[in-house]
Amino acid sequence: MSLVSALPARRGRSGSLFFSTLGDTGGTILVAFLLLAAVLVPVLNALPTDSGLHIPNYLVSLFGKYLCFALLALSVDLIWGFAGILSLGHGAFFALGGYAMGMHLMREIGTRGVYGNATLPDFMVFLNWKELPWYWYGFDSFAFAALMAILVPGALAFVFGWFAFRSRVTGVYLSIITQALTFALMLAFFRNDFGFGGNNGLTDFKDIFGFSLQAKSTRASLFAASAIALALGYVLCRFLVSSRFGRVLIAVRDAESRTRFLGYRVEHYKLFAFVISAMLAGIAGALYVPQVGIINPREFAPANSIEVVIWVAVGGRGTLWGAALGAVLVNYGKTYFTGALPEAWLYVLGALFIGVTLFLPKGVGGTAKEWLGKLWPKVRASKPPLTPSPQAGVAE
Amino acid sequence: MTFSISPLGGRPPTPPRGAPDVRHQPGAHIAPDRDLAQTILYLDDVSVSFDGFRALNKLSFYLLPGELRAIIGPNGAGKTTMMDVITGKTRPDSGQVYFDGKVDLTRLDEAAIANLGIGRKFQKPTVLETQTVDDNLRLALKDKRGVYAALFSRTSATQAARLDELLTTIGLMEQRDTIAGLLSHGQKQWLEIGMLLAQEPQLLLVDEPAAGMTDAETEATATMLRAIAKDRSVVVVEHDMEFVRALEAKVTVLHEGSVLAEGSMEHVQVHPRVIEVYLGR
Repeated sequence: MSLVSALPARRGRSGSLFFSTLGDTGGTILVAFLLLAAVLVPVLNALPTDSGLHIPNYLVSLFGKYLCFALLALSVDLIWGFAGILSLGHGAFFALGGYAMGMHLMREIGTRGVYGNATLPDFMVFLNWKELPWYWYGFDSFAFAALMAILVPGALAFVFGWFAFRSRVTGVYLSIITQALTFALMLAFFRNDFGFGGNNGLTDFKDIFGFSLQAKSTRASLFAASAIALALGYVLCRFLVSSRFGRVLIAVRDAESRTRFLGYRVEHYKLFAFVISAMLAGIAGALYVPQVGIINPREFAPANSIEVVIWVAVGGRGTLWGAALGAVLVNYGKTYFTGALPEAWLYVLGALFIGVTLFLPKGVGGTAKEWLGKLWPKVRASKPPLTPSPQAGVAE
Repeated sequence: MTFSISPLGGRPPTPPRGAPDVRHQPGAHIAPDRDLAQTILYLDDVSVSFDGFRALNKLSFYLLPGELRAIIGPNGAGKTTMMDVITGKTRPDSGQVYFDGKVDLTRLDEAAIANLGIGRKFQKPTVLETQTVDDNLRLALKDKRGVYAALFSRTSATQAARLDELLTTIGLMEQRDTIAGLLSHGQKQWLEIGMLLAQEPQLLLVDEPAAGMTDAETEATATMLRAIAKDRSVVVVEHDMEFVRALEAKVTVLHEGSVLAEGSMEHVQVHPRVIEVYLGR
């Protein structure tokens, strides 16, 4: 390699923090697009309906929901793409964040509930409960609920990860226990006496910050909030993976025992990434619930968490922005197919996963990167292929 | 010609003052303390069993600071298990393992042992395949290993200079921006040795460095290891007799989990038991 081509890479090395905050082209486009959408979508939504540029309400809500899924996919890509932790239970952290927000929205209903009880949500009155359980205290405050939407998933991930990583549970075994985790939570949340609305979950929300959840402006604001959260989440993940911390994570993914012998406490690195990831998933859940108006135990269903992994695989594992793209693409497909051919959706999803595994093993994101590399070899030379090889995935 | 079966001529030293005595029969050894204190690596009466198979059988072994030692032995002699015990991958069933005459290695995990200054090179070249040569060395470079430090650390000028120096030593300066997975087998071996050096260990454990190398690469590797051994202690496990001879080091022969013989290559080669179990086959 000539001196000339070595120079830019070396500059990148010494100033890697700033250089890599946005990362590659894909990441820059994603962040720019999100910030633009956060401003433009509410404006276009506010235009009169007969205007050609008007964005209808249902699309705003729909894409707001997709952005929450994209944040969830991003959180999974952080640990799966970079640390090799295949979590098949990330839906649990998403749902916990959602429940925290749901609890706040329930308290916001106040006397407007069916039973008109100022403190107790309807389902508690229905169950003949006399007072609010202690774990519902504080959720009348938005700040507290928002904090819990981050801390509860984070704490659960910390406890779970502490034991799993310290015991060196890896690969398929780890994936299986993450499934067990979300399944156990689903069963718990289905119970009426657990205090979270049982089977029906939490719904009938009225407003947030005093703004009606049905109002157009509220929905547009929630969309903008989701877009900004996703952009910030992306920048955070990009910061993490481009620091030396990220290099260590990749080392753990590719050669865990080598990394130990280099003197790194692998379990601490995994735990840190896992907790951050769970918190991001919690934020995604908290933004999702006010936009769909309901949270119930089915969000914990193991199949949901598996679907998230498919989004990431489709988008491109280990690219971050690809994961976000994958979530939007697959969910758009889901919306389309469940409308056009409701029975076929699961087959389409299965076929999609097989197709991507066979023909696009690096996902849309990874493949796009490769093509770009072929078009502009300079791009490829300066960017190491940090994406995992297709073989080094589920098996390890 | 003399061969000592036990490294200290049947007089293994006692553990250091204040260190817990974990041997089967406390007080069985009566030797001056300074013996252990002089060693960089000290294994006494170490046994490890896997499912009834005795991988190490009352192995005693010691190494002095600055020493280069070759370990040979047939398959299943316990060479790799011995490395595993020293680096914390395997806990011994019994026996003592001390580093630098004072640190009990049986109580520490891999990361702690690595940070003490014991580096290990694996049999199969194990580099970080998806990262550049430079990043491989940067991650190995002696530095704080915590999560927080890794998040906000930057490569200092001193470290950058050290990286350049290492790249020159292992002859991979030209390939510094190459993805390690694209290197040739021999280059990977060298990169891994470079990663070991970057850790600035006091003790290097090198498992079959010449495996799969061409003659020229083998020669270069032997020279490299001899140079490295000038500043630190090195233990090399090797099958290749030519390579061991090229190292010009004291040789320890392992057989069925214990030391069979120890001495120079010339001595060991004519040892009747060694010929019987190893060379003669």
